[in-house]
Amino acid sequence: MAPASKLMSLPEAIKRYVPDGAEAVMGTSLETMIPFAAGHEIIRQRRKNLTLIGPISDILFDRLIGAGCVRKTRAAWIGNVITGSSYNFRRAAEEGTIETEDHSNLTISMALKAGAMGVPFMPTLTALGSDLYKTNQSLKKITCPFTGIILTAVSAINPDVAIIHVQRSDEYGNAHLWGNLGMTREACLASRHIIITAEEIVSPDIIESDPNRVVTPGFRVCAVVHAPWGAHPSPVPGYYNRDHDAFIEYRNESKTSEAFEKWLRLWVDNVKSSDDYLRLLGKERILKLELKKHMLSEPVDYGY
Amino acid sequence: MATDTAGYTLSELMVTAAAREIADGEVVFVGMRLPLLGFLLAKRTHAPDAVGVYELGIVRDSPAPEPILTMGDLPNLFRAKWLSDTSDVMGLLQNGTVDVSFIGGAQVDRFGNLNTSYIINSGKLATRLPGSGGACDLACLAKRHIIIMEHEKHRFVPKVDYITSPGYGNGAGWREKSGLPRGGPSAVITSRGIMKFDPVSKEMLLVSIHPSVTTRNILDNTGWPLKIADTLEKTPAPTEYELKVLRELDPEGYWTGS
Repeated sequence: MAPASKLMSLPEAIKRYVPDGAEAVMGTSLETMIPFAAGHEIIRQRRKNLTLIGPISDILFDRLIGAGCVRKTRAAWIGNVITGSSYNFRRAAEEGTIETEDHSNLTISMALKAGAMGVPFMPTLTALGSDLYKTNQSLKKITCPFTGIILTAVSAINPDVAIIHVQRSDEYGNAHLWGNLGMTREACLASRHIIITAEEIVSPDIIESDPNRVVTPGFRVCAVVHAPWGAHPSPVPGYYNRDHDAFIEYRNESKTSEAFEKWLRLWVDNVKSSDDYLRLLGKERILKLELKKHMLSEPVDYGY
Repeated sequence: MATDTAGYTLSELMVTAAAREIADGEVVFVGMRLPLLGFLLAKRTHAPDAVGVYELGIVRDSPAPEPILTMGDLPNLFRAKWLSDTSDVMGLLQNGTVDVSFIGGAQVDRFGNLNTSYIINSGKLATRLPGSGGACDLACLAKRHIIIMEHEKHRFVPKVDYITSPGYGNGAGWREKSGLPRGGPSAVITSRGIMKFDPVSKEMLLVSIHPSVTTRNILDNTGWPLKIADTLEKTPAPTEYELKVLRELDPEGYWTGS
């Protein structure tokens, strides 16, 4: 029997798998492949009390926090990589309207790795001597039972949902991801549900021609969404470059709550589809971001 | 910030000083922002065989073919030596493969502890900063790390409000007692000078002052009585070649402009 297609619209995927109060891991490739389109849909549906999990979350978490969707963050860094601080996060954290759990990139990846492996914690040598312990109850010092050395135990995180942007997926959730992978693979394995947003939907034949490039076993994926330019303004290897101007402009567009409200109306609430978003972005900007130089890798032989 | 008469900006001087801390052949864990340029400059000048490791899961031994603003720009992935998981490259750090890492900071203290998380004023949270990112990992696990930051009195404090990235804690023996396997800050490159650490007490020492900066000026902008090395040097200005390369790497002057 042929498996059922998991292809659905972005609003449907978010409605089904990101309820109020959900713990969601996003932005797991760090600066690349950030699922902005999915994040914007969460805002349009005005989800509440989410816990956001991730490493650096280059401005996506800031937008969700500014829109009032977030109760707690479990992250290593929340800001705007090329401009510094992000303002909605600052406002919310300084006013105490969100709870923050302070990780490093290594501790958050170990938390997801523990979740992926089905063990209660992973040991690491990082964070020793730091104050992360004071603002992160998921970190505890332990003694190694073999060597007696001190280790940091990082408690497992098993998110309700991982939202992952990829280059291409079949309709069953078998998806190819390439470029730097960040902590995407452990985030998928650790999560109860997985939403894939993809630049292209392709045939299972294409995916099966290169199984090493599959990000996670497709049978665990719940939803597949066709989302062209779904990571903009972050870059997608093989598809488009990073839109630096968007990150630079966002600095001013989020500096005050009023400015952010205006930004939100224009770029999120007024946008109903990826066509709307691309129209707003404009041909000139799209052209500027498209790849100028292609480099196809050599095919490899998986035969027998 | 620009020193017009000198023909280079302060940021260019800082990046050049950072680059000179990298020895040829070293494995360098490259941080965001200014450190990225420091590594690329070193590669193009005295350290062509240095290898760059990036927390996104990138290893490369050649500069990106085009100028980049940040490590996730696609030219930095183009013909990389390895594209992998963050936990893989963090493994290189944890298992002792990485010689040197670079981090920026908002607040530093006399033992090189860095704060990029919480600024506290009279017992209350004044500013929430972005947090660690990979900085805590780089400070804990590299064989040595270099700090790059603005030198202002409110940033150079006797004791940081929060240790995001451990330096030498409260002095000699602290890192070992904390269980840290190795490392510690080896230099602090600022907008006014270069500091290193006393090998015995682990306290910060002024070793070099930038052109047109005075010792008085540095002491006035440090929140504790900063100790001065026996031989105080003057930071060499960037050479013409270094400036030429830097301006190719950052053609719009996004990071190093005035």
